Amino acid sequence: MSLRELWSYRDLFWILAWRDVKLRYKQTALGVTWVILQPILTSGIFAVIFGFLAELPSDGSPYMLFAFAGTLPWTLFAQSLQRAGTSLVSGRELVSKVYFPRLILPIASSFSVLVDFLVGLASISVLFLIYQVPLTWNILAIPGLVLANLLIAVGVSFWVSAFSVHYRDFIYALPFLVQAWMYASPVAYASSIVPEEWSVLYSLNPMVGIIEGFRWSLLGHGLFSWLSIGISLAVGLLVFFSGALVFRRIERGFADVI
Amino acid sequence: MNNLAISIKNLCKVYRIDPATGNTASQTLQEDLMGLVKRPLRRLASSVKQEVWALKDISFDVRAGEVVGLIGRNGAGKSTLLKVLSRITEPTSGYADIFGRVGSLLEVGTGFHTELTGRENIYLSGAILGMRKIEIDRKFDLIVDFSGVGKYIETPVKRYSSGMAVRLAFAVAAHLDPEILLVDEVLAVGDAAFQKKCLGKMGEVAEGGRTVVFVSHNMAAITSLCKRGVWLEEGCVQADGPVRQVVQDYLVMAGELDETKTNLASRTDRGGDGRLRFTEFQVRNRDGAPLSSAVSGEPVDLVLSYQAQGDIFGTTSIHFWICDAFGKCLISLSSLFTGEDLVNLPARGQIALHVPRFPLREGRYFVDLGADIDGVKADRVLKAIQLDVTTGAYYPVQQPAHPKDGDFLIEHSWRLLE
Ligand SMILES: Nc1ncnc2c1ncn2[C@@H]1O[C@H](COP(=O)(O)OP(=O)(O)OP(=O)(O)O)[C@@H](O)[C@H]1O
Ligand SMILES: [Mg+2]
Repeated sequence: MSLRELWSYRDLFWILAWRDVKLRYKQTALGVTWVILQPILTSGIFAVIFGFLAELPSDGSPYMLFAFAGTLPWTLFAQSLQRAGTSLVSGRELVSKVYFPRLILPIASSFSVLVDFLVGLASISVLFLIYQVPLTWNILAIPGLVLANLLIAVGVSFWVSAFSVHYRDFIYALPFLVQAWMYASPVAYASSIVPEEWSVLYSLNPMVGIIEGFRWSLLGHGLFSWLSIGISLAVGLLVFFSGALVFRRIERGFADVI
Repeated sequence: MNNLAISIKNLCKVYRIDPATGNTASQTLQEDLMGLVKRPLRRLASSVKQEVWALKDISFDVRAGEVVGLIGRNGAGKSTLLKVLSRITEPTSGYADIFGRVGSLLEVGTGFHTELTGRENIYLSGAILGMRKIEIDRKFDLIVDFSGVGKYIETPVKRYSSGMAVRLAFAVAAHLDPEILLVDEVLAVGDAAFQKKCLGKMGEVAEGGRTVVFVSHNMAAITSLCKRGVWLEEGCVQADGPVRQVVQDYLVMAGELDETKTNLASRTDRGGDGRLRFTEFQVRNRDGAPLSSAVSGEPVDLVLSYQAQGDIFGTTSIHFWICDAFGKCLISLSSLFTGEDLVNLPARGQIALHVPRFPLREGRYFVDLGADIDGVKADRVLKAIQLDVTTGAYYPVQQPAHPKDGDFLIEHSWRLLE
């Protein structure tokens, strides 16, 4: 019943996602350049610090490329989580003055980040040319991985945004959560450096499987394990559905409190 | 269901407000956690909260095609009722059944974004109000026509005058066509010509056989658009019947209670620490009879009612800034100037500011209010009062007012020096 209702609001969903994209590109002078520049700079810094100075292994790829293949999915995740998590509070006016299924707000915000991701993905082809790394069929796994990535981000954002209506603390804590989570994921380093005794705990982080999967599909080699993808999906689904339930449970009071 | 459009049964809505913070609920986790630590036996959302009954046991039906005008004083619960009907908020008990597709317009321009162009905002706001994209495509030209901002349609809304933005926003809303339309106090915007156009549009909608619930403080609009009136008073239905009758009763009642009084208690946009809050303002003549305006040259009492959390120990000072329509302060009157200490005031009461001969020319002025307790700001309300002044006999000879004469009247005399 609520799925059918969500579906009937699909136009609003698209327009909200489109609005977010539009606003982001409108308000900056460099527009799309930022979207390309940001992950490149970030992975450049990772390459210098972790690859050059700390001499960490990169599983046989140039460190720059290795870091970029991790930064790209991570940026997608972090941005969707950040935007979706704050979507209710920043859309306060809508929540208190109009009726629509509230779930639309976090989902639409997180989808709007997909555009940035696609631009970033296109720009990585330049790096591939520079480093002369061939593409493989593994790349076909990307759409699936992107969906799994968004599933986790949206799931966590359900929790964060629903609680942020009562407690703005969640909004302030979110950047720290994202940052800590990044260090707990193989974005800047390879997961092979994680000590054996931690590996089980480590792989419970659903982003581990996703990021390794991305590396595998972009760089054509690396650790791909169905097990860790399976764990990512399982944890992702758990977070998503429990988040959706909690969200639906407390959304009745949103308009009164927000 | 014999052509019922809305059926409301025993509807109640309670808001819980935390009196300490003024918020509907605690806004930070820390407060709640601290509360839990300090009073471990009390549950989180417990009796500390004060309850506001916005709707108390409301029941009435609206038949399909009926146009109902909903009236009542500020805070009577009108907007809350519309919010419940449009499912924005849940009733605390009782129910409201709706038979048909609802469109609601609680505010003009919800979701408008000033960085986006007129065209983009039409799509955005249309979708937010519940229109499908194809529907907006179809009505796009009509909307642009109605708004009259045609030339600027590709310009970001931040470059519009505020009137233009409002027109565009209303134009989108005016082209909603749900079976049941809920409209809250939205005609009070735009210039006179545009308001007329909006009323015309509302009239069209009403005659088009749609069910409409229309909230307004504009009694003329209510009586011309609606056949039936419902009057809410403090969350209850006070009267329900033919619109003329209901409006008349309401006006009589409001005339007795209100008119000369300005309610300040409902203002939330105020400063100060809240140890004292102004609640009401009234102009009175020398015999204490209420007036709807002050009269130039006549003695006048400007009476402020206030409320505090308890008896006030300390010295209270009250400030009264009279400003023109542009917000420029013309005079400030303060108990600090006259040196009259207001010491140890009771928790609630009235304070009168006496002006022996009111020195402003006729016109409309606005008053900013302030109260300090022991020199610390307790209350600040900007544009708290709209103070109307009518012509009176300040000078022995009455002259027609001229704009060049300025705002003030001052006692003066002339003589020839030898
Ligand atoms: N979200 C909320 N939290 C707490 N109290 C609220 C909330 N919304 C409304 N109230 C309270 O409910 C009461 C009714 O408010 P409502 O907005 O329905 O009045 P109204 O009839 O629309 O008044 P107006 O004519 O000023 O628009 C008021 O006392 C108000 O303070
Ligand atoms: Mg209202």
